Amino acid sequence: MSGPDNEPLLAVIGVVKRFRGLTAVDEVSLGVRTGEIYAVIGPNGAGKTTLFNLIAGAVAPDEGEIRFAGARIDGQAPEQICAAGIARTFQIVKPFPDLSVIDNVAIGAMLRARDMQTARAQAGDILRKLDLFDKRGQKAGGLTLPDRKKLEVARALATRPKLILLDEVMAGLRPTETDRMVAMLRDINRTDNLTIVMIEHVMRAVMALATRVHVLHHGASIAEGAPAEVTRDPRVVESYLGMKAAH
Amino acid sequence: MSDLLAALPARGKIALALVVAALVSAPLLVDRYVLSILLLALFGAYLGQAWNILMGFCGLLSLGHALYLGLGAYASAALYVKFGIGPWAGAFAAIALGVAAAAAIGWLGFRFRIEGVYFSLLTIAFAEFARIGFDNLPWLGGAAGFFLPVRAEEAGHWHNLRGGPIFFYYLALAMAAGALVLSTTLRASKLGHAFLAIREDAQAARALGVNVTRVRFVALFISAAMTALGGVFIAFWTNNLFPAQIFDMSRSIDIILAPIIGGVGTLFGPIVGAFLLVPLGEALTEALREFGLNAPGAKALVYGFLLMGIITATPSGLWPWLARKLGLMEKQP
Repeated sequence: MSGPDNEPLLAVIGVVKRFRGLTAVDEVSLGVRTGEIYAVIGPNGAGKTTLFNLIAGAVAPDEGEIRFAGARIDGQAPEQICAAGIARTFQIVKPFPDLSVIDNVAIGAMLRARDMQTARAQAGDILRKLDLFDKRGQKAGGLTLPDRKKLEVARALATRPKLILLDEVMAGLRPTETDRMVAMLRDINRTDNLTIVMIEHVMRAVMALATRVHVLHHGASIAEGAPAEVTRDPRVVESYLGMKAAH
Repeated sequence: MSDLLAALPARGKIALALVVAALVSAPLLVDRYVLSILLLALFGAYLGQAWNILMGFCGLLSLGHALYLGLGAYASAALYVKFGIGPWAGAFAAIALGVAAAAAIGWLGFRFRIEGVYFSLLTIAFAEFARIGFDNLPWLGGAAGFFLPVRAEEAGHWHNLRGGPIFFYYLALAMAAGALVLSTTLRASKLGHAFLAIREDAQAARALGVNVTRVRFVALFISAAMTALGGVFIAFWTNNLFPAQIFDMSRSIDIILAPIIGGVGTLFGPIVGAFLLVPLGEALTEALREFGLNAPGAKALVYGFLLMGIITATPSGLWPWLARKLGLMEKQP
């Protein structure tokens, strides 16, 4: 259910966020339709994570409006937005270090599960999909970084979102692991019709997954469109891709 | 109850059954003095569980739990002495008062984002307010103390908690057992997992749909209610209340030592801690008397060094170490 037919599932309309004079997000607008895989790219400091924090409710916008499934969500608390159906991962991973891997994920699942037994069973299914099931009894604090990235995704998926915000989940993964993650995300996107919005520097993953790409630079939108189209845009090449290529 | 048994492997179940059997039959086996030490240990385990739910599960460090203990004690004692209302009914008032105080602390702390050590300072401040307030409340005896009458004709009126040492021993045992079952049930529940999530990372918990403020309030209320109920016990057991004792900082520290020594956040830590510390304190008193060491503070000094030794040897608490050595736990909850 995404409200009126012409309204996207997630609509960000003219959103502005300033931090002490610095405009981190400057009148950004975007619309994500149900079932899309939408990538937000841009150099460091472009305001991508702030945009995610605004959508997820970690911070409230100074101006503009954010709508999800036809209702305004800007200014709501993170837990309300999660309950409404938007899950997020953190760029700097935030596992519950002293709890087991399965408990980490079960805590996500308990949002919609009747009891802990059900939550744990659901958590087990998700861990299998992400190749973490064998590590379910380990403490999350002892996982390697790639595994912690996967755990972030697993925990967010466990809340059974309609839309998931993935903040650089490919960073630190080896190429084979990136391919597995890409395959897993595409699979969930197709089978569960999960809408995905991702911040990603790994262009290999962006090109493989994204139906549309949005480019931010100094907090402002500089391009939006199909991946092939956007990557040819001279402004994008200059501000981001060229810089990446130079590295 | 089933959660408790589920958490234990066979060896742990046998050990638990033996301990329960020993504690139930203790009044037949030991003298009054040892029984009073066991009672103190059980009561310490009970209060430790209450504090542990807040700190060990939810990560909120209260250094002023004496507040709830004192409020519960004074509320039930005042109702009994001034209005003739018995302690079972008084317990509800005690819990209500404890929860009301917790609501005030929680409102200030969670509403205005007073977190970490500042929250702890807030809890100390409230306990101190109460101590000073009750010191200056002549209606309840003020600093001179408030006393419950001990009348011969009321002996055995267990409905008014007017029993002897054995009665209070079994009451403490029931409370300690009840607190363990409650802790275990909570620990396995959705609410308990919300506590743990908040303790580990509040921001991540919120992102997963946990209403952090509400859940913190719930943890605080449960802990305060249990501690206030402990206050009812202490009022009717000791029959005298002094603000300088019951609301004192040292009382708050006493409450938290057992779970810290035993293992913060564990189910059996508060029990193990209390059963180590209470007899240790008693033994020290005895030993120092034998050696003729009556200098004030001598006991505190030796006690302090012993605690430092234990904490250095087992930083995450005695229980996790003990459970590992004896194979009493499959995994440490």
